[in-house]
Amino acid sequence: MAAVWLTLRLAAVATFLLLLSGTPLAWWLARTRSRLKGPVGAIVALPLVLPPTVLGFYLLVTMGPSGPVGMATQSIGLGLLPFTFAGLVVGSVFYSLPFVVQPLQAAFEAVGDRPIEAAATLRAGPWDRFFTVVVPLARQGFVGAAVLGFAHTIGEFGVVLMIGGNIPGATRVLSVALYDHVEALDYVNAHILAGGMLVFSFVVLLAVYGRARLPSPER
Amino acid sequence: MSVIQASFRMRLGEFSLNAELSVPAQGVTAVFGASGSGKTTLLRCMAGLARAPEGLFTIEGETWQDEARGRFVPPHHRACGYVFQEASLFPHLSVGENLRYGYRRVPESLRKVAFDEVVRTLDLGPMTGRSPQVLSGGERQRVAIGRAVLSSPRLLLMDEPIASLDSARKGEVLYYIERLRDQLRIPIVYVSHAIDEVVRLADTMAVMSEGKVIACGSVTALASRLDLRPYLGRFEAGTVVEAVVAAHDLEHGLATLRFDGGELQAADVESLVGEKLRVRIRARDVSLALSAPRDASFLNILSGTVKEIGGGQGSGVDVAVMVGSSIVVARITRKSAGLLGLAPGKPVYALVKSVAIDRHSVGYA
Repeated sequence: MAAVWLTLRLAAVATFLLLLSGTPLAWWLARTRSRLKGPVGAIVALPLVLPPTVLGFYLLVTMGPSGPVGMATQSIGLGLLPFTFAGLVVGSVFYSLPFVVQPLQAAFEAVGDRPIEAAATLRAGPWDRFFTVVVPLARQGFVGAAVLGFAHTIGEFGVVLMIGGNIPGATRVLSVALYDHVEALDYVNAHILAGGMLVFSFVVLLAVYGRARLPSPER
Repeated sequence: MSVIQASFRMRLGEFSLNAELSVPAQGVTAVFGASGSGKTTLLRCMAGLARAPEGLFTIEGETWQDEARGRFVPPHHRACGYVFQEASLFPHLSVGENLRYGYRRVPESLRKVAFDEVVRTLDLGPMTGRSPQVLSGGERQRVAIGRAVLSSPRLLLMDEPIASLDSARKGEVLYYIERLRDQLRIPIVYVSHAIDEVVRLADTMAVMSEGKVIACGSVTALASRLDLRPYLGRFEAGTVVEAVVAAHDLEHGLATLRFDGGELQAADVESLVGEKLRVRIRARDVSLALSAPRDASFLNILSGTVKEIGGGQGSGVDVAVMVGSSIVVARITRKSAGLLGLAPGKPVYALVKSVAIDRHSVGYA
């Protein structure tokens, strides 16, 4: 049960941080005419195509004792991130970034210029416009991003294995625990975990896709 | 000092805007021109939605843009309302919340219009609780106009607000814009490519072509200029005279409109006796004769002298006739002009069919 609780906690923290960092990033990607849009968009999408172990490997190296991030965290007294819960959060944020940024970017692009311009001529400043017009109109995008970010983080394995290891209560999440059960030929517990995740994932996706097809309330 | 002054230069791909404009900060100013002539870009520059690298924009002494001094007031700091061609209401808010969006953002001490007055003028009361999605196109545009007016603008910009509506809705929304113009004293800049709307609403007109303002002045004066006729549209264009309703002939459904060149009989004009009107007389509805016909169906026979004969190619020619101090333009064939021996100074009679002048060709001055 410790693995389930840890996994949910990891996914919740990672989703919160993903929405916090993904929203401005997605907004920038949706609005910019900069030449950097292509390269930044590609970097955000990298975790979609890379084997998670590749991402985990680089994170392990940069956050390790001789990596730039590792040296920084040590010098400010945080110690090293690999094989800690904080390290897993960092890994999860990178790993699930496209699942949050892409739905948000699509939702922001769908809002278009017009409502924002209309709000501007009605005396709403940039932040005011964002929170009173863009966020409500992109509501579905936020729901989709949060659900996909959360669910994807729950399912991660490769990154966790590389930078988290298998420490009960600290880094031993569901997918790793399942692997252990199979290794130990404990199929009963493996079935409980695997079946539980299957049902959970299906319910989450049903919530996202089922919701998307419903007409929005004001129509 | 009650003036709106604008000067914008900018390039947008192939198109370049190079517009200068100085119009009174009162009543309705129409910006008229074909599509692609830069009307919308000019309006967006005025609102601050687009920023011309070389731009100057002042209204009644207040500067909203002066690039020479590096000054650019962003749109949300300008007291400037904007009505888009499509209503662009916020779909996540009710009609009432849409109306209050700009209203709430203006400090109470700076509010120039009362919420209830605007709602009453535009008949929006029954709609406030509804969602914008259930409204008709005309109703939506009325809400958009009300929403813009409620932000207490010093200047109201309207970008072809009725162009996307069917003709019945057009009339309905025009009626409300007229009420607004007469009840709230907010200067309006109204972009249009329909001359009948311009005549109905505007006192002043700026004609645009290829990014430039090629003429600017009173609607009456510009409509009588033959050199502008290619820009004002061959078929719909006509001159505009200012007239007063003198009498009604209820039996025949005709109204007598008196102007300084004589009298016009018009069909189905419902204005009260004594009301001042702007009357558009389309050039193609005017014929010319050397003597007054006694056995023809024309009710309007105006005596005048030829002022100018337009140039140009083709079978048709525009002839400007001075009638009193007003100008009436006739569109006749080049052949007729030759047969009649028309030349400047020659006395002629301008003949206008009464059914050609109806309530669609009048505006309230």
